[in-house]
Amino acid sequence: MEQVTFFVTALIAVASAIGLVVRRNPLHGALFLVVNLFCVAVLYLLLRAEFLAAAQVIIYAGAIMVLFLFAIMILIPGRAETGRDPFRRQRLAALPLGAAFLLLVGVLMWGGPPPGGAPPPPGGAAAVGRLLFTDYLLPFEITAVLLLAALVGALVLARRRA
Amino acid sequence: MNDIVRAAVAAFVLLNAVILVVTYLTWVERKFAARLQSRIGPYRVGRPHGWLQPIADALKLMIKEDVVPSVADRPIYNLAPIVFLLPAFLIFATIPFAPGLGLADLNIGLLYFLAVSSLEIVGLFMGGWGSNNKYALLSAMRGVNQIISYEVPFILAALVPVLLAGSLRLSAIVEAQAGLWFIAYPVIGQLAFVAFTVATLASENRIPFDIVEAESELVAGFRVEYSGMKFALIQLAEYTHLFGVSCLGAILFLGGWLGPVLPGPVWFLLKAVLMFLLVIWVRWSFVRIRVDQILGISWKVLLPFTLILLMATGLWVALRGGGGVA
Repeated sequence: MEQVTFFVTALIAVASAIGLVVRRNPLHGALFLVVNLFCVAVLYLLLRAEFLAAAQVIIYAGAIMVLFLFAIMILIPGRAETGRDPFRRQRLAALPLGAAFLLLVGVLMWGGPPPGGAPPPPGGAAAVGRLLFTDYLLPFEITAVLLLAALVGALVLARRRA
Repeated sequence: MNDIVRAAVAAFVLLNAVILVVTYLTWVERKFAARLQSRIGPYRVGRPHGWLQPIADALKLMIKEDVVPSVADRPIYNLAPIVFLLPAFLIFATIPFAPGLGLADLNIGLLYFLAVSSLEIVGLFMGGWGSNNKYALLSAMRGVNQIISYEVPFILAALVPVLLAGSLRLSAIVEAQAGLWFIAYPVIGQLAFVAFTVATLASENRIPFDIVEAESELVAGFRVEYSGMKFALIQLAEYTHLFGVSCLGAILFLGGWLGPVLPGPVWFLLKAVLMFLLVIWVRWSFVRIRVDQILGISWKVLLPFTLILLMATGLWVALRGGGGVA
């Protein structure tokens, strides 16, 4: 059952990722990205990282994607993007980089599955919370300061324009 | 294999029950609103009191012609009602209607609820954009703006019962209210309930926060180009989502299935319908407020208010030494 779910989800994830790259209409691309992020959340769920899956959907598929859609809607009033792609040059780099990535994946797969230790602990909210406030307290607090700085920065930028 | 079949049957039964309840909630709303305005409401179709009206409405919408605007972004336009409806149904998967009566009592139940219900926004957006109509697009922009603004206070208000109960599992939150429903908790409970209700009104785009629909400005909002069955699906999704959030309110603050004499599911349904009627009551009693006022209320009033409330709750739980770790 788990394997079937995994393969179906992975297939959808890959298909939506391809759709995201191929579609020229930026809004279609963004919607494909929603599907992709949702699939990744399902994969987290299969790994028993429940909290991570829920957070992924709330933050990425919910909040951040909405921000993307919003920006696209406001900045690009036209429909599909037409004309020359301003990033044409980057396509040249895509092929070797993609090949290198595939090679890396191949090498990793060749080495067989990674040495399996104890099965990962269930990633419920309680476990994540306990880790955040014990072992990872410092990174957690630094992230909080970083987010606060970003918030203040956004405010300053918005004020200057007004 | 047996488990899968059983799960599928349970989901099928639950979905149909939800659709039936929601269909009749539209009738309840019309009757209730009519009473508030000294009218009679639906009366002709089915006696007594027009009880066949929702069925007649559904049949009529199914027969209607399905018009697709020629300039619409077809795939997005056609998918939008379904994407809008799916999260509304999915949220019922984790709701416990009584001890052991529910599809999946997840230990991150509340998080699941919040995550899935936040996906509704994508459907709304697709509808507004796909119609390629300026009113629909304006409405979608307003809707998205409003929903993400109110999601934060909504989550913060919903976290107060979580702190008091010490668990994200919805059934555990209900059981923690065996002694005292959270709405009866001194000061904290009532304030959190008020914040939760206001955030619910706003995130469901209900008057006084219905700038998404705003008939006098935007015709019918993001669904202006929809007709026939697609329109019906959107309406169904809105009511289903509202009913889902009412169920959540009943669980978080009104003690879910707990209650004397009557069996648990009946109490649960009564409380959920009570939450639903509360929203309807506000809807038919107040006037719409402006876009900037709505966003201002969220960010300048409700967000600090719920944050302080959450901190106060945390302090209270810490001082009491309770709120066990689940």
